[in-house]
Amino acid sequence: MLRYITKRVFAMFLTLLIIATITFFLMKLLPGSPFNNQEKLTESQRYALNEKYGLNDPVPVQYINYLGKLAQGDLGYTFQFDGRTVNSMIANGMGPSATVGFEALLFGTLVGLILGIAAALKHNSFIDYGAMVMAVFGIAIPSFVFAGLLQYYVGVKLGWLPVAFWNGPEYHIMPAFSLSVGVIATVARFMRTEMLEILGTDYILMARSKGISKQAVIIKHCVRNSMIPIITILGPMAIGLITGSLVIENIFAIPGIGEQFVKSINLNDYPVIMGTTLFYSFLIIVIILVVDILYGIIDPRIRVAGGKS
Amino acid sequence: MEKLLELDNLHVSFQTYGGEVKAVRGVSLSLDKGESLAIVGESGSGKSVTSKAVMRLLPNKIGSIKEGAIRFQGKDLAKASEREMEKIRGAEISMIFQDPMTSLNPTMTIGKQIMEGLRKHQNMSKSEAKERSINLLKLVGIPNPELRVDEYPHQFSGGMRQRVVIAIALACNPKVLIADEPTTALDVTIQAQILDLMRDLQDKTGTAIILITHDLGVVANLAQRVAVMYGGMIVETGTVDEIFYKPKHPYTWGLLASMPKLNADSKELLAIPGTPPDLMNPPKGCPFAARCPYAMEVCLDHMPEATNVSSSHKAACWLLDERAPKVEPPEAAVVGGAR
Repeated sequence: MLRYITKRVFAMFLTLLIIATITFFLMKLLPGSPFNNQEKLTESQRYALNEKYGLNDPVPVQYINYLGKLAQGDLGYTFQFDGRTVNSMIANGMGPSATVGFEALLFGTLVGLILGIAAALKHNSFIDYGAMVMAVFGIAIPSFVFAGLLQYYVGVKLGWLPVAFWNGPEYHIMPAFSLSVGVIATVARFMRTEMLEILGTDYILMARSKGISKQAVIIKHCVRNSMIPIITILGPMAIGLITGSLVIENIFAIPGIGEQFVKSINLNDYPVIMGTTLFYSFLIIVIILVVDILYGIIDPRIRVAGGKS
Repeated sequence: MEKLLELDNLHVSFQTYGGEVKAVRGVSLSLDKGESLAIVGESGSGKSVTSKAVMRLLPNKIGSIKEGAIRFQGKDLAKASEREMEKIRGAEISMIFQDPMTSLNPTMTIGKQIMEGLRKHQNMSKSEAKERSINLLKLVGIPNPELRVDEYPHQFSGGMRQRVVIAIALACNPKVLIADEPTTALDVTIQAQILDLMRDLQDKTGTAIILITHDLGVVANLAQRVAVMYGGMIVETGTVDEIFYKPKHPYTWGLLASMPKLNADSKELLAIPGTPPDLMNPPKGCPFAARCPYAMEVCLDHMPEATNVSSSHKAACWLLDERAPKVEPPEAAVVGGAR
């Protein structure tokens, strides 16, 4: 197990290096340069700025310099503000991003579980069909469509919730809900399928034959076991949330990492592009690794499978 | 004396897309205290459905008891509420299922699975229930029960799992144990062990057993009385000796003849030709008539009444009518006859 994890961690750094390389050179292919569009600057000022940030060096030299700093955990300085490090920008953006992501994941999983369980228990009924039609819409329609619709109807027309920005709990509701729609749909569908399968197993009949009430059997035997695959899809779902948040944070003007990321591309803010890309990549790789390790821990059958036979 | 469990003209049907399947069509049975009764028949004869009907564990919405009564200690289970049934299941009547590989919850320790019933029916504390679970595991012959009580089902072999299932079923000292093909999914050597265990436990606890099987070898091992089912009906009942040595119904003959014998000259296995009746449109007469080599015209149109052969032996066949020709069972169906 330890050897496996060491191997995976090593592979993780290799992946990050490849991502850093590809991103770096792709970024250099972007048209324009960071200080071109600021017309007030004189030629010599522009030269001085480029010199300060090392942009006058040949690209391979810039690349080596960047990697050198990256190895020390230094993501460099942003071009947008004087003296602000990318590390601090990511640290500041983490708060809102993680909050929205976590709220969406929690809300989406809870509602998805309830919908899935209800659909399975009322199999082939109005509730079942309703929940599954909703799930199909939730999977098919991207989160930014919901975001736009919510902003227009709930934010503008009804005026119930603020349309954008990040100034308190009421500002969380619409972005978190738009993000969670996909999670609700995915969890509901998985839960329904799994519940239906487990409801038909012998051990449910066996549990009933012990005289335990139907509710207790459903909660203790069926729902519990049905949640195993849900835990295993939480990883891919968390990744979906991260990519979804890039767009959602921009739509709702949330000062998170996603917003920084999109803004930095528009401004050719090289260190921020690199920093946020690497941060997201790191997050996704870590989630995948954790889920892979969790697989074995959650399900006792998988745990010893390697040791037997 | 009052019977412990009595089925009276039980009818069970399933609603399917194709129509109503009449799986059990008028079964009457009785079980005394501490007795062991085997219900024998081929797949689809209604034996499992009968047992699930007694437990009231028929699939919801689809399966239902259409007619008849299930009297258990004077109470009609066919009309009992779900709440009343919860008090009976596990405590008074419990069940062992066919496949021990699938009848235990894979994510729950076996200790917890045994304790569930104890905590519900006997209001035991956690520690009492655990202690009782360990004793039960010891009773069913699982070594190191103190350690194994905290293990998961996948850490047990098939035979050991069936022992656990038996421990769960016997946890609350039920009066009736329904064993639905308890040895079918097991190796032959393990089968013998499980049968020994069940017989041993019956001696110790005095639990009445309803054994559902298609394996006549198992019947001879464990049962005192046998009911032969075919097409949702009971065609013959009697003591083990009567069924094995003096069978009266041609279907029972067929069953006995198709039992593999060690000393048989022929290398071929005998089978009853044909297929069981379609229970969506059950035949008007005897369900076995279409496959019966001795069928007469009357068999096709009229269901034979159960005829008393002796005080304990009944068979539903027109051959037992005094006007019918005298027919002897085929040689292959005579148990021990070839010797």
